[in-house]
Amino acid sequence: MIRLIEVHKRFGDNIVLDGVNFEVQRGETVALLGPSGVGKSVLLKHINGLIHPDMGEVYVDGQLVPLLTRRELQTLRTKIGYVFQFGALFDSLSVFENIKLGITDPECSGDDHYCRLRVQECLDLVNLSPFTADKYPADLSGGMKKRVGIARAIAGKPTYLLYDEPTSGLDPVNADIIDALIEKLQGELGVTSVVVSHDVRGSFRVGNRIALLSEGKIRKVGTADELRDSEDQAVRQFLERDFGSAVVE
Amino acid sequence: MAEERWRLSQAYRIPLEGPEKLDLRRYAGRLFLLAATHLGRAAYLVFEIIRGIPEWRVWVPRTWEQAYQVGVGSLFIVLLTAAFAGGVTSLQAGYQFTGTIPVYFAAGVITQSLILELGPVLTALILAGRVGARYAAELGTMRVTEQIDALESLGRSSVSHLLIPRVLAGTLMLPVLVIFADVVGIFSGWMAARHTLDISNYDFVYGARYFFRPYDLWYSLLKSFFFGIAVTLVPCYMGFNTGKGAEGVGKATTGAVVSASVLILFLDALLSELLL
Repeated sequence: MIRLIEVHKRFGDNIVLDGVNFEVQRGETVALLGPSGVGKSVLLKHINGLIHPDMGEVYVDGQLVPLLTRRELQTLRTKIGYVFQFGALFDSLSVFENIKLGITDPECSGDDHYCRLRVQECLDLVNLSPFTADKYPADLSGGMKKRVGIARAIAGKPTYLLYDEPTSGLDPVNADIIDALIEKLQGELGVTSVVVSHDVRGSFRVGNRIALLSEGKIRKVGTADELRDSEDQAVRQFLERDFGSAVVE
Repeated sequence: MAEERWRLSQAYRIPLEGPEKLDLRRYAGRLFLLAATHLGRAAYLVFEIIRGIPEWRVWVPRTWEQAYQVGVGSLFIVLLTAAFAGGVTSLQAGYQFTGTIPVYFAAGVITQSLILELGPVLTALILAGRVGARYAAELGTMRVTEQIDALESLGRSSVSHLLIPRVLAGTLMLPVLVIFADVVGIFSGWMAARHTLDISNYDFVYGARYFFRPYDLWYSLLKSFFFGIAVTLVPCYMGFNTGKGAEGVGKATTGAVVSASVLILFLDALLSELLL
């Protein structure tokens, strides 16, 4: 379970998170919506300890993340797969080496054949051919990079998956493929996921619950229907672009 | 004028309604805070590097790769510079010494200049440009493209994977390169001296040995070791703390080369005072 209590974060004079309360139950997928630059990625990075809060508490599996030692944090991070907005693939390493870095099985350290099989398994889960393993990130398209990023994130058999804008910069067809992939992984791996996005349709498709982050706070959390029926002006304005008059009348 | 005030207010975060006059105390305070911030961050980085040393299984193989790139990759330019430095020192010695002092003195000047000063300093400055710029640009790009965050999020230590191999490789390879530079520089100086000073081989060897003390060699290596730390640690720090975007990487790279070069000159003066 992931739980953020009254989390505050500022960078210089810019207040990004201003008392965020956020909770994700085991096994569910929560889509975190919000306009660009509102602090969605910052919130996500608090969960795996890449950013520490100025004030407030962040719990993952009952552990208070900001107070973990370096080793404890490393252990926790092996349970949390993180899919970065632009893939963040190591460009000097091949796809195989990228995914291998995500594998935490002790067998992988000395057994190259075992590693190859595990990498193939991960590539298969994200619908990529085994031949992709020998390519370098520079040889891949945007959609393939995202999928390799997901493959690397699931390589360690994580309990949690955090997706940072998984469909941004992709054409609608590729965005649909990624959304379908998130749904598939949710079903096959049973992971607890947080999907940060500003794509309303995609979020409504993959999320069991949707949260809207606005002006440093979680403005609304609920199911897709609850958000559609919300009277909150900020929620309605945000949904307006994708659902048009159906929401705003 | 108003535009200039606005620009300054943005750069130094001074409210626009602030005083008209330059407030030197405010600027001095901000500069001090900036210096203290960098010093604190750099000290923390060194602390993290020391804490990462027990993870030797991670950094040892990567150190070999980096050492090869630093050592073999820089050998040609280091030897070329040393050869020219030796030759030019010899030519200038010829110009200054002819007819005034015994020619074997020139051999002492050439060898001592190369071992004590030119070999270590020129090699370090070349590596600050070649290796330092590469380290800062590599790490800076990794920072802005979130590759360092990705490494951390996989439960891997970025310090053991990225920093320790680079710092160790540069620190260990610089003294090795300096030995090569000294040998090639002295040899080229010898050949040039034979031409310009008309010095015999016997006189050159006699002069070189007459002024040589084994401590000079140790001093040269010790100096190279400290230069190696400066050449690698400063660029790694700058790259690791790169700001946003391509501009941030550019600034980090330029800053790394300039800072490492200034630190080399400062260390050169300090070590000469302390060790000679």
